[in-house]
Amino acid sequence: MSTEDRVKTIVVDHLGVEASEVKLEASFIDDLGADSLDIVELVMAFEEEFGVEIPDDAAEKITTVGDAVAYIDAHQG
Amino acid sequence: MRRVVVTGLGLVTPLGADVETAWKNIIASKSGAGTITRFDATDFQSNYACEVKPADHEYGFDASKRVDHKIQRQVDPFIVYGIDAAGQAMEDAGLLDLSEEERLRFGCSIGSGIGGLPGIESESLVLAEKGPKRVSPHFVHGRLINLISGQVSIKYGLMGPNHAVVTACSTGAHSIGDAARMIAMDDADIMLAGGAEGAICPIGIAGFGQARALSTGFRDEPWRASRPYDVDRDGFVMGEGAGVVVLEEYEHAKARGAKIYAEVVGYGLSGDAYHVTAPHPEGSGAFRSMAMAMKKSGLDLSDIDYINAHGTSTPLGDELELGAVRRLFGNNIATLSMSSTKSAIGHLLGGAGAVESIFCILALRDQIVPPTLNLDNPSENCAGVDLVPFKAKERSVKAVLNNSFGFGGTNASLVMKAV
Repeated sequence: MSTEDRVKTIVVDHLGVEASEVKLEASFIDDLGADSLDIVELVMAFEEEFGVEIPDDAAEKITTVGDAVAYIDAHQG
Repeated sequence: MRRVVVTGLGLVTPLGADVETAWKNIIASKSGAGTITRFDATDFQSNYACEVKPADHEYGFDASKRVDHKIQRQVDPFIVYGIDAAGQAMEDAGLLDLSEEERLRFGCSIGSGIGGLPGIESESLVLAEKGPKRVSPHFVHGRLINLISGQVSIKYGLMGPNHAVVTACSTGAHSIGDAARMIAMDDADIMLAGGAEGAICPIGIAGFGQARALSTGFRDEPWRASRPYDVDRDGFVMGEGAGVVVLEEYEHAKARGAKIYAEVVGYGLSGDAYHVTAPHPEGSGAFRSMAMAMKKSGLDLSDIDYINAHGTSTPLGDELELGAVRRLFGNNIATLSMSSTKSAIGHLLGGAGAVESIFCILALRDQIVPPTLNLDNPSENCAGVDLVPFKAKERSVKAVLNNSFGFGGTNASLVMKAV
């Protein structure tokens, strides 16, 4: 599975949203109903899934699904 | 004093995840006990319990009916059970479409005995294995006992008193009694009140096992293990689930044409001041709790037709409760029926008092009292008391008493009657 598909699977599972809503441009808070704690949890799940470390200052800049995919692709070993 | 009536009911139990299914199975003498499926309990002191059944079971629980997927992932089972039972009670009472003014006078008092034990256990393992940065950000508010009341108030916009009782196995009864007083004292017009528990997890079974509280001798026939008043009883069988009622000020209920199940007329509370787990040897706390509830009710002792006993199936507790009932009711004991529905659904701990109050209300509604299962050889002290062995019994039921007693020596009794 591509990074994008794996990220989308995690988002669907954690936020209980339909897969069709999880587009690259979708904002976690504005479009997918997440709150700040949900984002903390999503970042933890991305770190576990991809074996990357996402520091807090980087995590704050991840606001869309696409941001997450781009960060992971740029930092994955 | 403002009168308080019950206008809605909600149940999640090991014998059904709605009021009518659970009641039908209780009346049909079914048992919710079985070998534990949540984890491998082979090496535990007890390997059986009364679990809430999965959604695909004949009388299973489908969490997705009333609880968002996201919330299900974030919170412990006791909160999920509580949200669902509260939703059932709201629907039953016809209270889903409320004005802001009404919601300002509508509160929640739904507690739990233990709270999020499974999540505390599993996240502690995450902490130990993976470190603090892997603990869920939802850990705290997904385990806290007042988060049923919190979640329910957010879901339905209920802005009245937001309260949660924590008195071990008396929680459900105290929740209803306290909430009824809030209505009587004019703090609210409507309250969701009850209790929930979901502590069937390794640390829960191990902990109660080590406290020597659980039944251990019926591994091959778990449905025979919860046997209140029987000479072979050897401890309680852990149950789980939730019971929530809608309490409403009488004139408020009448004005909107609500269906009225019963009136809460008496509430008694006491402390044993004796021991953390063992009941007082003369049952004095139980006696005073019942006596206070009866006094407040204004009823005569002869008016009580049915007692839903605490009756957990522990060697000490059952006899002491029976003795206290005998001392308080005297000759009136000959005309009442008393049973323990824990024989069928196990001990729901913080949920017990609320679930059992609902069974009392259904006994009032249907003029039938639920049975005490497995009463093959009643102990000597049972002579002359109708413990409703094996089979439900049709009889006149106009007023009922429900008892709950908890660790720490905390006792609660509720008296309800038909309106």
